[in-house]
Amino acid sequence: MSLIKTTYGRRSFIKSIGLAGGGMMIGFSWLASCKETTTAEEVAMMPDEWFEINGFLKIGDNGMVTIMSPNPEIGQNVKTSMPMIVAEELDTDWNNVIVEQAPLNTDLYTRQLAGGSQSIRAGWESLRMAGATARHMLKEAAAQAWQVPLAEITTAAGIITHEASGKSAHYGEMASAAALIPVPEEVELKDKSEFSIIGTSRKNVDGIKIVTGQPLFGLDVQKEGMLIAMIVHPPAFGMTFKSMDAASVKSMAGIRDVFKMETYKADTPRSFSDTATFNEMVVIVGESTWQVMQAKKAIQIEWEQASDFSFDIDFFGNTQTTTYPAGLESTENHVLKMADLGSKKGNVVRKDGNFEAAFKKATKTIERSYSCPFLAHNTMEPMNFFANVTPEKAELIGPIQTPEFMEKSVASRLGMTLEQVDIQMTRMGGGFGRRLYGHFLIEAAVISQQMNAPVKLVYTREDDMTFGNYRPAYYVNYKAGLDDNNQLVAFQVRAGGIPESPLYANRFPAGAVENYQAEDWTLKSNVSVGAWRAPRSNFIAGAEQSFLDEVAELAEKDPIDFRLELFERAKNNPVGENNDYEADRYAGVLKLVREKSNWGNQQPGVSRGVAAYYCHNSYVAQVLDVVMKQGVPKIEKVYSAVDCGIVVNPDAAINMIEGGVIDGIGHAMYSAITFKEGVPQASNFDKYRLIRHNEAPSSQQVDFVKNDIDPTGLGEPPLPPVMGALANALYKATEKRYYHQPFISNKPFIG
Amino acid sequence: MATFNVTINGKSQTVDADPTTPLLWVLRDHLNLVGTKYGCGIAQCGACTVHLNGVAVRSCQLPISSIGANEVVTIEGLSEKGDHPVQQAWLEHDVYQCGYCQAGQIMSASALLRSNPNPTDEDIEATMSGNICRCGTYNRIKDAIKTAANSGASS
Repeated sequence: MSLIKTTYGRRSFIKSIGLAGGGMMIGFSWLASCKETTTAEEVAMMPDEWFEINGFLKIGDNGMVTIMSPNPEIGQNVKTSMPMIVAEELDTDWNNVIVEQAPLNTDLYTRQLAGGSQSIRAGWESLRMAGATARHMLKEAAAQAWQVPLAEITTAAGIITHEASGKSAHYGEMASAAALIPVPEEVELKDKSEFSIIGTSRKNVDGIKIVTGQPLFGLDVQKEGMLIAMIVHPPAFGMTFKSMDAASVKSMAGIRDVFKMETYKADTPRSFSDTATFNEMVVIVGESTWQVMQAKKAIQIEWEQASDFSFDIDFFGNTQTTTYPAGLESTENHVLKMADLGSKKGNVVRKDGNFEAAFKKATKTIERSYSCPFLAHNTMEPMNFFANVTPEKAELIGPIQTPEFMEKSVASRLGMTLEQVDIQMTRMGGGFGRRLYGHFLIEAAVISQQMNAPVKLVYTREDDMTFGNYRPAYYVNYKAGLDDNNQLVAFQVRAGGIPESPLYANRFPAGAVENYQAEDWTLKSNVSVGAWRAPRSNFIAGAEQSFLDEVAELAEKDPIDFRLELFERAKNNPVGENNDYEADRYAGVLKLVREKSNWGNQQPGVSRGVAAYYCHNSYVAQVLDVVMKQGVPKIEKVYSAVDCGIVVNPDAAINMIEGGVIDGIGHAMYSAITFKEGVPQASNFDKYRLIRHNEAPSSQQVDFVKNDIDPTGLGEPPLPPVMGALANALYKATEKRYYHQPFISNKPFIG
Repeated sequence: MATFNVTINGKSQTVDADPTTPLLWVLRDHLNLVGTKYGCGIAQCGACTVHLNGVAVRSCQLPISSIGANEVVTIEGLSEKGDHPVQQAWLEHDVYQCGYCQAGQIMSASALLRSNPNPTDEDIEATMSGNICRCGTYNRIKDAIKTAANSGASS
């Protein structure tokens, strides 16, 4: 056991927070039972009284436990895994746990954000402490009630026992007394070997609601008197509102109002989560979705070219200026400019040894360039938010990855205090980074304020896809040189993009090559961008791993052996400083995937590719098998080996990895958003290709490196390397290298 | 506006709506059956899949005026207690991630098993390729359909 101070997140343990009680089972409920099947009878067995032990949990008089899940749920399954961590240290029976989505409460919880694959990693200590603290208080309550020494009391699965006297009680019997026990200064955490919930597979707590179609998502919110609102945004990046003919639309059936809205005022303070290119839009409000959609089709609006537009954002304490230059941009032009800039010297970010001299002296050299297009996030649930803004308060309900940040900007925009704003988080129909940017929450609030009525803002798929904060377009040029012994002695990466570079100068193979140079460059654009699952890694990993495959081939070495040699170098005699990876763990996942995939012994007709990458504090290696069927590549199997420390919920983690693999394959293979005169050339799934069932790998296998390291990220790390494994397998299958994403475009499918 | 009598999940319902209103929005806005999801509005993603006389259809493309006496079943009516073999198989495999597309996936899968109780991998792929899952749960969807087939989902 380890003893930890309860000081971190101490505000979480302030009493009398006044969370809602058992009445929340009615109506649009956030409660989710952890039992694998829940019947109405079981739901009726709710306790008569709940006792709040701390901000993370309350215990019912019958022993049931409600655990708050503090972070937004975007499909990464934190609503199950975060409470599992609390339940572990509380030492309760998971079958008696109910999970409730916590409200936004910055006094109670830290980092209520879904992003950077950090929910579990950042929450690990405070979640454990919350459970352990409550367990301590329950034990102390029992010690006082039974007049026995605290040290002699044990717990197991929600039962408190004093062996010597033969006394025992379930948690519910001690809950009212425990709630009055002072919060201890320090508490004991379990030894990791004692874990009985963490490391075991537990079903998604919302499973039954998902399969029966119960309301869970922002788009499902229905309230008395609620109106439907939709926006009409400029048809092109670089355009803005000029004028409209609102009158003809206002008379249409069911339409209540049509007006122009300004989302952010010039003086609204913005954080990174307030990134949005379109600020002036037309709003149509009506009684039903279909009626508003008809008015949206009918309305006549004139747009004009916008001038330069810029705003300051607070990026975690640093002020940054986002600028959208005037003009109507096209992909054709972007591609030419990227190839031009990518061939020139950029800003040198890291320099070890002398790349140019070593490259000149090298026995064999190779140079290759890779690129990728902008990508839309395309969460299956389009952007939406419910808002009911009255002079007294703003009630906001919907899908948002950054509620804590949006609370500030929406309060300012509405002229309210933070206390007047209540943001409730719904389960999200996907996030992938798109809902880090909550302009739609502000839009809903402004519309509700204007209408003086509850409204649900709904984006159509077209609105959603053409008002993106897209994954940037990237371009990278690599050069490598080998010496007489086929050792990699020179390596250069020049990486840039629109409007940011994907370069991670200190990642592999930095540290493993004597003469290494990393350069970056950028090109400004008015196409707005944002974090898209595994930002920057989602391109640079695949490019780097494809390039290393070619370098290994040039060196006449097995691609895994070639990488392992480099990791040996990085481990034993690292080049330079600040190398952002542990060579041993990196090599570890490669060795594991080599073993599990039986590398080198694949079936006849199967073409294999391998790749490995480190991001979000986790290591992933993948082997991908392709067979050609009537000239079309079919992915037979993908093997993933993952080192993410302790795996909290193994089956759910495997699900996440399988999904990341499919997501990565799909976007590398099929997806793109392109522009002509500022107009996105895809606005729905007829033109924007997402991977479909028949294109997914036939099967997958996931293996974890077993260790006792505190858990690290998992939502993002499985995606980046698979793009490289795919490209490398396709090369073996087709004898052609794939440099530019999407690898296959405009392929028809039968739907 | 016009009045329509439709049968949804075995229950007769009266709806006042514009005749062109797609069934999807009648279900969601008029009948508060929000299990059927909006994803694209052009029959490309499958999130809005319901059964019309037992056959999977995209409710975003079906005007309310076209329903007539045909029986509509939505995810809410697939079973009384969430115990349809396909729902059970979904729970067993813990298929979902975000969960948003899964009602449509389940409706497509259950209609497939009704017409083809023992589908091959190719049958599953062909039918299920009309339903997009952005989270990438396709492997689990396939496994769950096979589990449901073995447990007799066609009955």
